[in-house]
Amino acid sequence: MTHNIYLYIAIMAWVSFLIRVLPLTLIQRQIKNRFLQSFLYYVPYVTLAVMTFPAILEATQSPLAGAFALIVGVAAAWFGATLFQVSVACCMVVLIAEFFLCR
Amino acid sequence: MDVILEEKISQRKQVFREGIRDGFPIGLGYFAVSFSLGIAAHHAGLTAFQGFLASLLTNASAGEYAVFMLIAADAAYIEIAIVTLITNARYLLMSCALSQRFSSDTPFYHRLLVGFDITDEIFGITFSRSGKLNPFYSYGAMLASMPFWATGTALGIVAGNILPVRVVSALSVALYGMFLAVIIPPARKNRVIAGLVGVSFAVSFAVTHLPGIKEISSGNRTILLTLVLSAAAAIFFPVKGQEEESEHDA
Repeated sequence: MTHNIYLYIAIMAWVSFLIRVLPLTLIQRQIKNRFLQSFLYYVPYVTLAVMTFPAILEATQSPLAGAFALIVGVAAAWFGATLFQVSVACCMVVLIAEFFLCR
Repeated sequence: MDVILEEKISQRKQVFREGIRDGFPIGLGYFAVSFSLGIAAHHAGLTAFQGFLASLLTNASAGEYAVFMLIAADAAYIEIAIVTLITNARYLLMSCALSQRFSSDTPFYHRLLVGFDITDEIFGITFSRSGKLNPFYSYGAMLASMPFWATGTALGIVAGNILPVRVVSALSVALYGMFLAVIIPPARKNRVIAGLVGVSFAVSFAVTHLPGIKEISSGNRTILLTLVLSAAAAIFFPVKGQEEESEHDA
């Protein structure tokens, strides 16, 4: 079965919109439930971590280049590089590494 | 009466300009990252226009990336909805946080418009301002950054297959670099987050090789791991106090 890409986009856009707008318009008080609060607090870190690794190893031509990018990216972010700088650093590492790794 | 109105308008203009000033560097960062998002969209079979539309309406890096992966796999519509919900769940929290910062007489349409573009970066600069939120600051920042996100995605789709393989390979990690820039700085400050990120990496790696689980689509694996690991962290390390904001810069 094939799906309509515009419908895919519409669903993604709508769900994103509702997530962002509903709390802002409906919730006027702080969330009190401690479990829910903690759960929501941890969600972004787990999601992003899970999506980054091991996928970064498969994104590049050579998995080793992806591994280098991961190490450099973690180090750069750890030492306070901005979002833009971390991204560029990762790209540069792959470019340089694959210059030697891939012919 | 007129004086008060004029003052209000000039203040809005001032705040709007500040928003543009702070939003512009974010826009440049967006451009590089969304280019790599465009490459992923290209693999999923989206046209430049569809990518532009998707980015303009969604404004989410991880969420869009995850959905493009699903589109590439011809996933069911319900999967798109669930993955979007999961990958963008953090915006729910940010939206909750922002709701506390609006003055109570803020009109509904301002809440809708500001909410529309809650991203890690825009949230960061908005939240770090003092006092009640002025929606016009957000509008300035949105105007200066959103077009970059959308056009970058479209260009990535168009140019992704013109560029040499070497360059595409390098650019495709930009997105992961951005994810790292979001999760690592809080991990440095908070040992629980640091441990959680480490565990997430390890478990994520393990399940891609584990028979039985590796057959599940990567989108569903993301959902499953997020639910299990976040819930475990919430049970064993409940967050203290009202809110420990993750990051204000980024």
